[in-house]
Amino acid sequence: MLHRYAVPLAIFGALALAPLLGFGAGHSLSLLARAMILGLGALGLSVLVGGAGLVSLGHAASFGIGAYAVVMLDAAGQTNAGVVFPVAVLAAAVFALLTGAVAIRTAGVNFIMITLAFGQMAFFTAASLSAYGGDDGYTLYARTRLFGTKLLENRWFFHYLLLALLVLAWAAGRRLLASRFGRVLRAARENPLRVQALGFSPYPYQLLAYTLAGALGGLAGALLANATEFVAPSFIAWQRSGDLLFMVILGGLGQLHGAVLGALAFVLLEEYLAELTPHWRLIFGPLLVLVALYLKGGLLGLVQRRG
Amino acid sequence: MVEPLLELRGLTKAFGALKVTQDVSLSVLPGEIHAVIGPNGAGKTTLVHQVSGTLAPDAGSIHFAGRDVTRLPLARRARLGLARSFQITAVLPGFSVLENAALAVQARSGSSFRFWRAAATEAALNNAALEALAQVGLANRAETLAGDLSHGERRQLELAIALAMQPRLLLLDEPLAGAGPEETERLVGILAGLKARYGILLVEHDMAAVFALADRISVLVYGQVIATGTPAEIRANAEVRAAYLGEDH
Ligand SMILES: Nc1ncnc2c1ncn2[C@@H]1O[C@H](COP(=O)(O)OP(=O)(O)OP(=O)(O)O)[C@@H](O)[C@H]1O
Ligand SMILES: [Mg+2]
Repeated sequence: MLHRYAVPLAIFGALALAPLLGFGAGHSLSLLARAMILGLGALGLSVLVGGAGLVSLGHAASFGIGAYAVVMLDAAGQTNAGVVFPVAVLAAAVFALLTGAVAIRTAGVNFIMITLAFGQMAFFTAASLSAYGGDDGYTLYARTRLFGTKLLENRWFFHYLLLALLVLAWAAGRRLLASRFGRVLRAARENPLRVQALGFSPYPYQLLAYTLAGALGGLAGALLANATEFVAPSFIAWQRSGDLLFMVILGGLGQLHGAVLGALAFVLLEEYLAELTPHWRLIFGPLLVLVALYLKGGLLGLVQRRG
Repeated sequence: MVEPLLELRGLTKAFGALKVTQDVSLSVLPGEIHAVIGPNGAGKTTLVHQVSGTLAPDAGSIHFAGRDVTRLPLARRARLGLARSFQITAVLPGFSVLENAALAVQARSGSSFRFWRAAATEAALNNAALEALAQVGLANRAETLAGDLSHGERRQLELAIALAMQPRLLLLDEPLAGAGPEETERLVGILAGLKARYGILLVEHDMAAVFALADRISVLVYGQVIATGTPAEIRANAEVRAAYLGEDH
């Protein structure tokens, strides 16, 4: 048996050492930043899907809201991190709360469809924001300022900031799922009727989890805007929601670090295949199908069977 | 007169043209086991669903502890002290036996909007859960995944979960179904021991168990109560013998 922290330690350790072991160049760091940011969003989604059984196909909306919060504040001349990040997180949380209040009343396929619909609503809204570039997107000429400094522009600082946030979110997510609150969530995933028969209404628990995941998505979105220094409606496209869902499943649903592993694998694979051939999507697509069909328990399952 | 714990008045329910519950009135007194028997498809489970709150009746009322609960949702009724077991076991298969019972304890001990402390380390929850497990003889299986239990053990866990809720009324839908002879004997012993502390509405096919345990029996046929009385009265009732018990009983 592997020690229960062996896999997460290996993942986070590799991310910590990567810049020192030949991945310190601009391009590699950008790639890793993207992977960690998507990993942050996937973590929240993993709490929903793996923990609460809420399969959302609109999670990219929270990314988009976080990213557009950065853009709108930038256009208004506000680039102070102490304002930008809280606004991004709060806006995404409020959006999740309002849409979740409706979506969580449904279940199964209906839940998937309605989260997809809310995601598309956010997408079309973003595309119609002509003041912020509409379909073409909006270029940020500077990153958000941390304590009045340009620290976020320093790629190494940014790398370790992202890693710290990722580890924090992972640890908090684990605690959350193990807490009383998380226990009710997990039980409601297994059998909502049983949970009600015990005297709980799952609804407020699920809604709060949905809101928290949205808030984390908002943070990830604001970070993504800073990483790419560019924001476009494609951040919110339903394909991005699908990618996030796939990362969670690719990594493995059972444990939260699966989401991080999935995001890393997804981003690296995408990059590697794109270098190999311009027709990489023709390979990537069937690969995803194979993983969904044969990789039960995701990459984590694979690792643990070996261990 | 003792105030009944549970009182059903004129309960009626139809699925389309099929009348599954027809003007059913019955009561459960504190400390009483009131058994409901009847052939397959008589509407017993449907009746339990209406009492627990998973199905809404078309007409009639349900009073629990002096309060009209006819329109209250399942979770609210559970919080008032109405615990049910399911005919088709509904334990949480991915949870350990202990955690299944601990969740039931958690439901009645303070807020569950607590986000930090690991619930599995709360001794108060675990101890009360273990006590409920011990009552049904499952304490030695506490760490097993509920999904790995035998059928009979799941029935025991189902009962332990209901007990862990510390309810006022137990609604048991065929708690003995599928249990072997030894498990049946144990479960009947447990139910007899519980009687003083709870009111129990017991749906059960095992006639020997019903006649041994029940204070009163109601016979349900095609959704209608055709007789209510003590076990001796029911045994002597000609209509019941003809409609249900048959000559071999
Ligand atoms: N949701 C439903 N929709 C339509 N008909 C139903 C529904 N649930 C139950 N029935 C029918 O209602 C009748 C009573 O079912 P119920 O499950 O209450 O019987 P029961 O007395 O519990 O039977 P058993 O002894 O087999 O458990 C049956 O004919 C059943 O097919
Ligand atoms: Mg039944």
